[in-house]
Amino acid sequence: MSRLDVRKTYKLYINGEFPRSESGRTYPALDSKGEVLARVALASRKDLREAVRAARNAQTKWAERSGYNRGQILYRIAEMMEDRRATFEEQLGDGGVSAARARTEVAKSIDRMVWYAGWADKFSQVYGNLNPVAGPFFNISTPEPTGVVGVIAPRDPSLVGLVSRLAPVVVSGNTAVVLASEPQPMPAITFAEVLESSDVPPGVVNILTGSQSELAPWLADHMDVNAIDLAGADDKLRLRIEQGAVHNVKRLIGVDGVLDGQSPYLIAAFTETKTVWHPKGL
Amino acid sequence: MTKAELLRAPSPPLDWKYAPSRESTEIVSLNERYGLFIDGKFQAPLSKKYFPTINPATEEPLAEVAEAGERDVNRAVKAARSAYDDSWGSMPGKERAKYLFRIARMVQERSRELAVLETMDGGKPIKESRDVDLPLVAAHFFYYAGWADKLEYAFPGLDPQPLGVAGQVIPWNFPMMMLAWKVAPALATGNTVVLKPAETTPLSALTFAALAAEAGLPPGVLNVITGAGATGSSLVNHGDVDKVAFTGSTAVGKLIRSSLAGTGKKVTLELGGKAAHVIFDDAPMDQAIEGVINGIFFNQGHVCCAGSRLFVQESIHDRFVDKLKRRLSTLRVGDPLDKNTDVGAINSAEQLAKISELVEIGRAEGAEMFQPDCVLPRNGFFFRPTLFTGVSQSHRIAQEEIFGPVLSIMSFRTPEEAIEKANNTPYGLSAGVWTSKGSRILWMADRLRAGVVWANTYNKFDPASPFGGYKESGFGREGGRHGLLAYLKGIT
Amino acid sequence: MALAALARGDLPGTDTDRRVSILPGRITTPTLASFVRSVASVDEVGVTERVASLATRSIKKESKMDALTLAVRMMDLTTLEGKDTPGKVAQMSSKAIRPDPVDPSVPSVAAVCVYPAMVPYAVEAVAGSGVKVASVATYFPSGQIDTKAKLVEASSVVALGADEVDMVIDRGAFLCGSYFKVFDEIRRVKEACGDRAHLKVILETGELGGFDDVRRASMLAMAAGADFIKTSTGKVQPAATLPVTLVMLEAIRDFYAATGVQVGMKPAGGIRTAKDAIRYLVVLNETLGSAWMTPDWFRFGASTLLNDVLMQIRWLKTGRYQSADYFTKD
Repeated sequence: MSRLDVRKTYKLYINGEFPRSESGRTYPALDSKGEVLARVALASRKDLREAVRAARNAQTKWAERSGYNRGQILYRIAEMMEDRRATFEEQLGDGGVSAARARTEVAKSIDRMVWYAGWADKFSQVYGNLNPVAGPFFNISTPEPTGVVGVIAPRDPSLVGLVSRLAPVVVSGNTAVVLASEPQPMPAITFAEVLESSDVPPGVVNILTGSQSELAPWLADHMDVNAIDLAGADDKLRLRIEQGAVHNVKRLIGVDGVLDGQSPYLIAAFTETKTVWHPKGL
Repeated sequence: MTKAELLRAPSPPLDWKYAPSRESTEIVSLNERYGLFIDGKFQAPLSKKYFPTINPATEEPLAEVAEAGERDVNRAVKAARSAYDDSWGSMPGKERAKYLFRIARMVQERSRELAVLETMDGGKPIKESRDVDLPLVAAHFFYYAGWADKLEYAFPGLDPQPLGVAGQVIPWNFPMMMLAWKVAPALATGNTVVLKPAETTPLSALTFAALAAEAGLPPGVLNVITGAGATGSSLVNHGDVDKVAFTGSTAVGKLIRSSLAGTGKKVTLELGGKAAHVIFDDAPMDQAIEGVINGIFFNQGHVCCAGSRLFVQESIHDRFVDKLKRRLSTLRVGDPLDKNTDVGAINSAEQLAKISELVEIGRAEGAEMFQPDCVLPRNGFFFRPTLFTGVSQSHRIAQEEIFGPVLSIMSFRTPEEAIEKANNTPYGLSAGVWTSKGSRILWMADRLRAGVVWANTYNKFDPASPFGGYKESGFGREGGRHGLLAYLKGIT
Repeated sequence: MALAALARGDLPGTDTDRRVSILPGRITTPTLASFVRSVASVDEVGVTERVASLATRSIKKESKMDALTLAVRMMDLTTLEGKDTPGKVAQMSSKAIRPDPVDPSVPSVAAVCVYPAMVPYAVEAVAGSGVKVASVATYFPSGQIDTKAKLVEASSVVALGADEVDMVIDRGAFLCGSYFKVFDEIRRVKEACGDRAHLKVILETGELGGFDDVRRASMLAMAAGADFIKTSTGKVQPAATLPVTLVMLEAIRDFYAATGVQVGMKPAGGIRTAKDAIRYLVVLNETLGSAWMTPDWFRFGASTLLNDVLMQIRWLKTGRYQSADYFTKD
C-alpha cells in the first residue's frame, strides 16, 4: 500500500503568524493546465486592516535598527531562499515555467535579495549628503523610510516580481503589506515561510493571498498607508488606486510598470528626505 | 543587643574581589609551524627560514611561521597576478560579492576562536578582541561585499576599474581588523592581494587565509606571506604590484614613499598620530572621563588614533584630573585571557622598551607622573596605565607618539587656544571634543585639522565611516564609500 | 578636600549644613531653578556604553557566591498590592527572616517593604529578627495630594514603628519647575522621620524626562536630606535600569565629593534575576567602591528576585541546575 501524503494548508502571513482569513474564504490555486493545486486563503478587508495595523506597529522598531542589521536580515532571507530552491522551482513549474527558466528565475530572485541586502548600510551614502549652504550652518539631508507601504505584487513573474518589488521597500526601514499574485500565489506563500524563518521581525512584511481587485481599493483608501507600489497593477486597478491615494496624499511608485528591475533609486522612491540645520559657532 | 542596637549595628562592607575568569584556549588549534599561504595553499618558504611568534603575556612561543624571502614574494605576486588575469579580475561583481558575504558569515561563526587567537598572539584583552575587533572584522567584510556589484553608483561619472595586484602591509595592533580594512575593499573592487601581517602577530592572518579558502575563494586571490621589514620591503617594491597600502609608523611610511618615488605605483598610507582630546567645562563629565580612558587605554594605547594629548579647560582641570586618577585605579591590568582584564599586555619587548624610555623622558622633562598601584604579572610585557600632568606642548611626551598607555595632560582657557594647540603637530589623524553645546562641536570640528573628529565619544569605528589622516598621519581613507577610491583606477 | 576632611573627622557643621552647602544661599524656587539648571548634563549614549561594558564582567566562583549572599542581605522584600492582608505580610516576613528553609546559612534580607496600613503587622512579624520594616509614604505611588496630607501619613508610619520611610517626590512639581515644593516636601518628611527612621526618596525615573532630569532630581533630593535615593515605585515602566542606576550612583559620588555626606541608593522594580542583581553590584562596586557594598548603603527593591538568587546559590553549592519547585513562594 503506498503512503498517503499530508496535505499542506495554505494561509495568510500577518504579524509573523499564519492565520486563515477571518472571513473563512478560500479560492483554488490552479496550475498551468487548469488543475487545482490547492486551496489558498482569500483575504478580506478585515485581514487587510489587521495587516496594516501590524505593519504600522512594527515600523518604528524596524527603522531604528542599523542598516547593518537590516542588511544581515535580508542576507539571511537569501540564505533561506537558497535552502528552499527546490520548492520554489517546483512551484514555478506548476505555473507553467520550464525547468530551466525556473532555475534561472529562482537564482535571479536570490541574487536580487543579496543585492538589496548590500544596500542597507550604504544607500544613504549615495542618496544623502551634506549641503554646502551659504552661511555658518551644518546642513545635512538624509533619506528616511516613509512608513507603511502597500505592494501590489506582479501577477507574473510570481517570484522574481515579488522579490524585486518588495526588497527595495523594506531595506530602508519601511514595512509592507503585500497583495500576492492572484493566479500564482504559491511562491508568495513559500516566501512568507522563508521570511518567518529568517529573523524578520513580526509585522515587517505581511502577505495576503486573494483577489487584488477586491483588496487593492481598501489599501488605496487606507489613511494609515503611506505609499503604494502599483507596478503589478493593471490599468483599471491603477486608476482606482490613484483615486484612493488622494485622501492622505499617498506616494505612488511603480508607475513605469517595470516588474523585475533593480536600482537604488527604487529604494529612494520609498523614502522621505529630511534636511537638518545646525549653527556652527561658539 | 536591644532591637534598636541590632538595627543600628553597621553591616561591614564587602571588599569584593573578582575571581579569575579565564577564557579557555581549547577552541584554538595551532600548528607547530606555518608555511606561506600562496595560490590557495600553505607552501614551505623557498627561503627555508622560519621564526617564532610568542604570546606577549607569557613570553611562551606559540608557533613558528615562515620568513618569506625575495623569491617567495615573487611567487606570491605571480599567484595574485594569475588570479587577477584568469579569474578574479573579470568575475562579475555579484559573484565576488557572494564570496565576501560567505567570508563575513564564516568569520561570525568562528568569532570566538579568532578572538582567542588574536589575544594569544597580540596581548590585547579578550574582552576587546571578542567585543570590538572580531565584530568589526565581520562587519567590514559584510559592508564591502555589498559594494562589489554596485561600484557604478559609488562615484558619479567614474567607470570603476580595479588596479590589479595590491601589496598590503599591516601592523600588530589590530591584526585581524587591519586585515579586514585592507582586504575587504581590495577584493570587493576586483583586485587581488598579497598581504604581509606584522611579524609579532602573524597567526590570525594565516588562519583567516585558510578560512577564505574554505569559503571557496579562488586560489591566488588572497595570499598571505609572513616576515619582517625585509619581506615588507620586497613586497612593496615588487615590480608587478600595482598598488601599495601600508599602515604603520610614520617613519616606515616615509621610507616606503621614498622607495616608490618614480615607480608609478599607487599608494595609500595610514601612519601615526598624537590626537588632541579636548574637554570643555560643560562636558558631561563622567562620560568624558570614560571617553578619555577609552581613548588612551583601549588596546593598551596601541592605537594610531589614541587620544594621547588631553586638553582640559583650566576651570575644571583639577576636578577632572582627580576623577581620572580615581578611574585609573579601577582599571584591571593583567592576563589578557581573563575576561575581566581591561588592560592587557604590551605587544613586544621592543615596544615595552620604547614606552618605558619615553616615560622616563617625561619624568626628566619635569612632568608629574601618576600610576595606579596595580600588581603586574611577573612574566610577560606589561606597563601600568600612566598619566602625566603639568605637561607643556614643548615636552617630548606631548609631541612624540608613545603608542602605549600613557596620557599627557595640559590645560587650555579658550576654544581658540584649544584649536591652536590641537593642530600644533605634524600629525593629523584624529581628535576628540567634549561639550554639551552643539554649535561649538561643529565650530571645533570645522577647525580641527584631523581626518576623524569624535564629539562626545571616542574610538568609534564602523565600516561605513571613512578613517584616515591629514598631514603626516598619512593619506587615503579606509571605510565608507570613500574607502573604495584607494583600489579603483581613474583618480590621480 | 571633603573626603580627606571626613576621614579626619573634622568636617565642619552638621550633616544638614553640609548637604545644603551645594545649594544657593537663599533657597527659593528661582534660586533652586538656577541650581537645577547648573547641574551638569549627562550623555545617554556614554552611560549606556559604560553599563554595557560593565555588564561583560564575568563573576565566578567565590566572587559570585559573595555577590549572591550580599544580594540577599541587601534585599527589601516588597509587597505593595491593593490586595495585601496581614496574612500575606506575615508569610512574606517569614520568608524575609529565613529565605531558604533547607539552607540556614542563607542570611535574612535587609527589610520588608509594605503599605502604611500593613506596617503594624510587619513590625510584629519581624520582631527580634534584625529585619527592618520599610513603609512607603506620601501617598505612594502617585503623590498627588497636598503636602499636609503627605506629612501626616509619613509621621504616622514612623509612629507605627517603621524603621525606614520610602517617599515619592512630587513629579508634577518637578516637571513644571516648582523646585521649592519638591525640595521642601523632602525636607519636611525627613524632619518627620527624626532619628527613628531613615528616608529613601523615590524619584520615579520612568516619569522624568531623561538622564539630565534624573541627575538634577538626585542632587535636589540629596541636598534636601535623602538618606537613600531610589529609582522607582515599581508601578510605572520603565522602573529600575542599569543605566539610570549608574546616573544616580555618579550623582551620589559627586555629592559625596562636594559635601562629605554619604547617601545610599536603591534600584526598585524590574530586577528579576540573579544575573541582573550581580550586574547592579558590579556597577556599584566600580562606581562607588567597597564603602557602599553593604545593606547600609545599597538595597534592591524586589520580590521575585529572591528565589532566583536562592536558586543560583544552591546551584553553586550543588553543581546542579535548579527547579522553582524546590524554593518556597512565601
